[in-house]
Amino acid sequence: MEALWLSLKLAACVAAILLAIGMPVAYWLAYSTWRGKFLLESVVALPLVLPPTVLGFYALVAMGPRGPLGKLWIALFGHGLAFTFTGLILASVLYSFPFAVQPLTASFEGVDPRLLDASAVLGAGALRTFWRVILPLSLPGVVIAAVLSFAHTLGEFGVVLMVGGNLAGVTRTVSIDIYDHVQSLEYGAANRMALLLLVISFAVLSVVYAVNRRVWTPWAAK
Amino acid sequence: MGGEVNGTMLAAQIRKGRHGPGASSFVLDVSIEVPPGITILFGASGAGKSTLLDCIAGLARPDEGRILLGGDVLFDSVRAIHIPAPKRRIAYVFQTLALFPHLSAEENVAYGLRNLPEGQRRERVGEILAVFRVEKLRKQRPGEISGGEKQRIALARSLVTEPRVLLLDEPLTGLDAELKAAIVDDLRAWNTARAIPILYVTHNRDEVDALGERVIALDNGRVVSAGEPIEVLDAPRRKKLAQAACFENLLNATVLDLREADGVMRVKLGESPCEIEVPLGYAAAGSRVQVAIRAGDILLATERPRGLSARNVMEGRILSLEQRGTMVIARVDCGVTFVAHITPGAVRALELTAGRRVWLVLKTHSCHLVD
Repeated sequence: MEALWLSLKLAACVAAILLAIGMPVAYWLAYSTWRGKFLLESVVALPLVLPPTVLGFYALVAMGPRGPLGKLWIALFGHGLAFTFTGLILASVLYSFPFAVQPLTASFEGVDPRLLDASAVLGAGALRTFWRVILPLSLPGVVIAAVLSFAHTLGEFGVVLMVGGNLAGVTRTVSIDIYDHVQSLEYGAANRMALLLLVISFAVLSVVYAVNRRVWTPWAAK
Repeated sequence: MGGEVNGTMLAAQIRKGRHGPGASSFVLDVSIEVPPGITILFGASGAGKSTLLDCIAGLARPDEGRILLGGDVLFDSVRAIHIPAPKRRIAYVFQTLALFPHLSAEENVAYGLRNLPEGQRRERVGEILAVFRVEKLRKQRPGEISGGEKQRIALARSLVTEPRVLLLDEPLTGLDAELKAAIVDDLRAWNTARAIPILYVTHNRDEVDALGERVIALDNGRVVSAGEPIEVLDAPRRKKLAQAACFENLLNATVLDLREADGVMRVKLGESPCEIEVPLGYAAAGSRVQVAIRAGDILLATERPRGLSARNVMEGRILSLEQRGTMVIARVDCGVTFVAHITPGAVRALELTAGRRVWLVLKTHSCHLVD
């Protein structure tokens, strides 16, 4: 149960952080006219193709006591990053980055450019246009970004194992816990956890897709 | 004059090239003056009308030139001045209207008034909705509103901000003449007290006649003529003008006979055996005239049409079909070559191909006499 609670906490934190930093990145990807934009797009998509162990490995190296991030963290807070919950959040944010940024970018790009022009000639600057026009019209994309990063983080294994290790109550998430149970031939316990994760994932997705449909219909269906 | 901006003139000299490498000539190269009142910007699609409006509104940046509104410099390439769109106070009603789909009519109209206190804002919104007679729609979203009412709300949203200039990009397309006239009356009434320059884009002759105080004809990114509608558009007297007003067909003809009673005369086109009826003009039998016909006024049929009021039906053969944007340019040989504009859908539905036998249908009043 502790593992499940930890997983949910991790997924929620990661989804929140990803929305916050995913939006400016997605905005830039959607509207920048810079020709080298494809480079950033590739970087954003990297976690989709890299094995989690590769990502986890580099994250671990960076967070380790000799890595740049680890050193900085020790200087600031007096303790390391690797094998901590914070370190886990950082690595998961990296790992789920495309799951937040890509739906956001797609939905920002889907907003009719003439609506942005209309907002501009009515006196709104870029920030107001974002809050009043782009964001409300991209709500389905925002919901999907949040759900995907939450669900993706909930189910991750490789990165957690590399960066977090397996410390009960700190970094032992559900997927690790299930793996542990299987390793020690406790199939009953593994099954209970696996089933719980399955049900929770399904419930979260259904709720969100249901909400998503209602949010969408008033103007998009016409 | 006092501090008020009423009665000011908009003046723009704009040169803008095609984007990307290899663009040598300017796509848009115009110098226009728009006094208070309605000025029509007339021209075929692709003539550069929307680009011109975008430059004036500040949504696009000219490569060279100056845009002045009264004493204010909105753009000056030499002095590197480019006032961004939100600060220009130029209202712009787009062809697509661009109403915010997630906001109610009322919220759409209030969008440009965020600097006003709540009470004043509500008052202004109420007033303008009343002027355009759409008060009952305040709580509706654009998706639930009919075309003509959407157009009224888009106008209201732009005008409620008390703009210094109003740009209208074919805002009334698709409306029937009566509704159009009603909206135009409302617009005129609104502008009597304010007298701001209004630049109204259309390629519809009826709208020119209904609105026109002045017309600027644009072709291929150049101003080809400016003045009163009658001078610019009616009875095109010069080749250039005829082309400017989108008469793609300019044919030499010889007058055969006059039929005063029917209000028509018959002319023979070029050296061909092709004869058509055109409106009666000041010409004697045997004299040579030119006939101007818009490509968009020509109908194509794959069988000989019957039971039509149109008097001119000519048999011919398709020489070529060329797609340009959402339009197909068909060249048809009927002894003389006609250019007709049709939609890609029509090409598909009628299975038109080069070499195919077709009939061209022309209303007598689509044939304009030149000299």
